[in-house]
Amino acid sequence: MQLIRKNMSKLIITVFMGALSVVFLIPLVWMVSAAFKYEKDVMRFPIQWIPEKINVAYNFKTVWMGKVPFYEFYFNSFKIAIITTIITLIISSMSAYALTKINFKGRNIVFLALLSFMIIPDQATLIPRFLLIRWFGLYNTHAAIILMSMFSIYFTFLLRQFMIGVSDEFIEAARIDGAGHLKIFNSIMIPLCKPVLATVAIIKFIWTWNDYQNPLIFLLDKDLYTIPLGMTLFRDDFTNNYAIMMTAAVSAIIPLLIVFIALQKQVINGIALGGVKG
Amino acid sequence: MEAVKQPVPGTQREPRKRFMTPHRKEAMIGWLFLAPEIIGMLFLNVFALGFSLYLSLSKWDLLSGVKGIEFIGFGNYAKLFNDPTIWQAVKNNVLYMIMTVPIPIAIAFVLAVLIHNSVFFKDYFKVAFFIPYISSIIAVAAVWSALFHPSLGPINQFLMDLGISAPPKWLVDPKTSLLSIAIISSWASLGYTIIIYMAGLTNISNEIYEAAEIDGAGPLKKFFSITVPMLRSTTFFLLITMLIGSFKVFDIIAYLTEGGPNNSSTVLVYRIYEEGFKYYNMGYASAISWLLFAIIGILTAVTWKMRNED
Repeated sequence: MQLIRKNMSKLIITVFMGALSVVFLIPLVWMVSAAFKYEKDVMRFPIQWIPEKINVAYNFKTVWMGKVPFYEFYFNSFKIAIITTIITLIISSMSAYALTKINFKGRNIVFLALLSFMIIPDQATLIPRFLLIRWFGLYNTHAAIILMSMFSIYFTFLLRQFMIGVSDEFIEAARIDGAGHLKIFNSIMIPLCKPVLATVAIIKFIWTWNDYQNPLIFLLDKDLYTIPLGMTLFRDDFTNNYAIMMTAAVSAIIPLLIVFIALQKQVINGIALGGVKG
Repeated sequence: MEAVKQPVPGTQREPRKRFMTPHRKEAMIGWLFLAPEIIGMLFLNVFALGFSLYLSLSKWDLLSGVKGIEFIGFGNYAKLFNDPTIWQAVKNNVLYMIMTVPIPIAIAFVLAVLIHNSVFFKDYFKVAFFIPYISSIIAVAAVWSALFHPSLGPINQFLMDLGISAPPKWLVDPKTSLLSIAIISSWASLGYTIIIYMAGLTNISNEIYEAAEIDGAGPLKKFFSITVPMLRSTTFFLLITMLIGSFKVFDIIAYLTEGGPNNSSTVLVYRIYEEGFKYYNMGYASAISWLLFAIIGILTAVTWKMRNED
């Protein structure tokens, strides 16, 4: 009897929360529905959630093959996100390995220094970083963005946290067999860290993909733009054409959404990982 | 590597190797592993901070080259304190913080508790509330700018339908522009807060609740005397990250309002961007950067102190 009552109340809360989640996601539902419509129907009220007249082909053609080269933004975002993610994985896992499994004097100092750098907000060093990039001759290149986003103390710490848990005996045993650190790193540590590396990779990819500030500051030419920066062109060129703007937004959001839904466990656990230790 | 393994004294050691003792070799390898990160940090943090400090004491328009940097002492800081747009930005940052930290934390807390113990299809809810967080904030902002359209937007049409004859003009009205931005970014980041709380909830053992039930505690009592205190450290973590995060807000403002109308939604980072990259006042922009850094430093110190005293 009590179990039934418990399940009843669980059912009621589920229905309530379900309704709430639908309301919560309405902006995105509206976005998708607008991407299917003729411009004149987008702002029609009451809202036609399922459009009577469908104009989706035209909308997508305008976004993807019109005067704003959206497919180039896609390619650029993809390229930058992939390269940045790989380099971040290498740099952060090497640092994490040194901070946990190599015994040497400077280690704690480096750790404390990294910890203190974590409170420096990126935005506070924006001006000197911009000048550095200009002096290196990298202004208006993708390399500038990769260089600015490939270092991540956050991920170094996340990986360090994981590597601390790897038993030292493993490492000692390998050392007695004559393996050097590079070999241990490559053939023992990295395979052991695969799950956490995958998580870091997905999150880093999403963050880099969505980054707006770095492309805004370091890119000038339109053909170098990433997707979020490209959205500004739709804002400026299609000011009152919401069907087109929503199609661009759908194009920016949906692919990543599919990746997220496919890998939801890893993404969510990865985000949670960062919070638990704090 | 051999040397580390078995340093048999005297037998296989050559004179050259004496300098490279196992100890030193280990240290060298350690530094090599750390080298990329350290070099990056030296450039992006140490050098950058030092250079930015120097620039903040100088006048420089970028176009005149490095030779054009003119040391002026504390002039930029004096200007900072007399600049009404800076005060406006600080005020907006504080208002934005008040709007985007406590209320979303409270909402996320309740939702996380409900999702954790009282619903079927837990995973669906996790994903549903998390979707805006992984979506590009710029694309999300574009959607909301349409929803918030003052005369044609669905939100205002809905409000007018309800009989409100003069609904707020949201992003284009100085009175509501910052609020609109706060609504959008709270909506976008709610999922993150929920996920962090849910991670904290899994760490509370069921036995505590069962013991409380035996003592006759109802759901409300359990919520306030077990869940809330047990999640104290999670709440602190969120408080610190979100307080600091609220002072870094930039993307959504740069995309939607450019600080306007009438500076009503300008914030410190936007002012840095404006001075540095629109007017090329590199010195002044650096001074604002240091103000931002100082504020974030103080906030971090205060919240940490509160946490440790707790």
